[in-house]
Amino acid sequence: MTQREALFEFLQHLGDNTLILSHRVSEWCGHAPVIEEDIALANTALDLIGQAQMWLGLAAEIEGAGRDADALTYHRDSWDFRNLLLVERPNGDFGKTLMRQFLFDAWQALMLEKLARSEHKQIAAIAGKAIKEVAYHLERSGDTVIGLGDGTEESHARMQAALDDLWPYCGEMFNLDERYNALILANILPRMDDLRARWLSKVTDIFDDATLVIPTDNFAHSGGKSGRHTEHLGHLLCEMQVLQRSYPGAKW
Amino acid sequence: MVALVRPSTEQIWRWLDQIPDPEIPVITLVDLGVIRGVSWAEDMLVITVTPTYSGCPATRVIQMDIEAALSEKGVMNLKVVQQLSPSWTTDFLSKKGRDALENFGISPPHTAAGPQHCPLCKSRNVEKISQFGSTPCKALWRCCDCCEPFDYFKCI
Repeated sequence: MTQREALFEFLQHLGDNTLILSHRVSEWCGHAPVIEEDIALANTALDLIGQAQMWLGLAAEIEGAGRDADALTYHRDSWDFRNLLLVERPNGDFGKTLMRQFLFDAWQALMLEKLARSEHKQIAAIAGKAIKEVAYHLERSGDTVIGLGDGTEESHARMQAALDDLWPYCGEMFNLDERYNALILANILPRMDDLRARWLSKVTDIFDDATLVIPTDNFAHSGGKSGRHTEHLGHLLCEMQVLQRSYPGAKW
Repeated sequence: MVALVRPSTEQIWRWLDQIPDPEIPVITLVDLGVIRGVSWAEDMLVITVTPTYSGCPATRVIQMDIEAALSEKGVMNLKVVQQLSPSWTTDFLSKKGRDALENFGISPPHTAAGPQHCPLCKSRNVEKISQFGSTPCKALWRCCDCCEPFDYFKCI
């Protein structure tokens, strides 16, 4: 794999994470328990779709095959997507949606902090912009996990169940991917050695306050980064891509 | 048609300072701090713009508004380029813009902890409802004295 191909892969990973999570979060629009939460979810989805446009736009530019962010979004099939399996998980209840958001936000904030120091100017610029938005996402998802975890008996039980259910999807964030070695050597990607420990420290602090217990079994699902997805992604893409699949190239 | 006399960049800045922000029309694009540069490249006017939030739908409207306003002034040969770095910060908001926000009832950015006071009754006894509001750049707050909810232009 050439350096350019590796960079294309990695940028799709970043862009697909935010694209697919944005779509999932947007499914809440008009359905959240209170209007403030509905607005917050819609705003989060909006930030994420903006970030996806930037990452996938850069990915298409690096690929140099005449595609753009829209072409990557609407005309790839599930095996071409490089997002974490975590972000394609169905929403479940409100608590589970916010638990998934928190697990992802805590990772994304650290990842962007590293990428903002990339020697690749465009990557550093996008990360530097996105990190400010993600700081607000993380503050809110962390606060909500604490509020619901340390809430009523019912909310606590639901948050613990959400954590138990989603935990096996977190390990994939930290799988060392040999395909990216060339990028690390070229200082395009920073070293990720301390990412897992720093993430674990952040989530442990929040879960302590939330009176939630991290599962002891560290089994981790993987496959998303190389295009082996769960059935859920296919269903999501059906909905997201239907218009461009039916009317290819249709413009607003 | 290319304008026969090339307007000065100072003139262009004055024209841009008359274009209202599409979502908060009490401030202009120059007040908002999204215009990062105005220059001539021979006969082509280049306007450099930075987005506020990544997904803000106003970004495209802002570009169209700039093109429409300047073509009305006779500037036809125009390019709007996007610049991401340095990323937009509320520090880019002008003093004039901050005052206009306050007078309109939107509390201008103060610190990450929140607004200085209620924009309506000026009480400092205020509380946060949500960090997310009606546009990506605003948070929802409430005054505990006059009991009015208000928008806070949050710091980034």
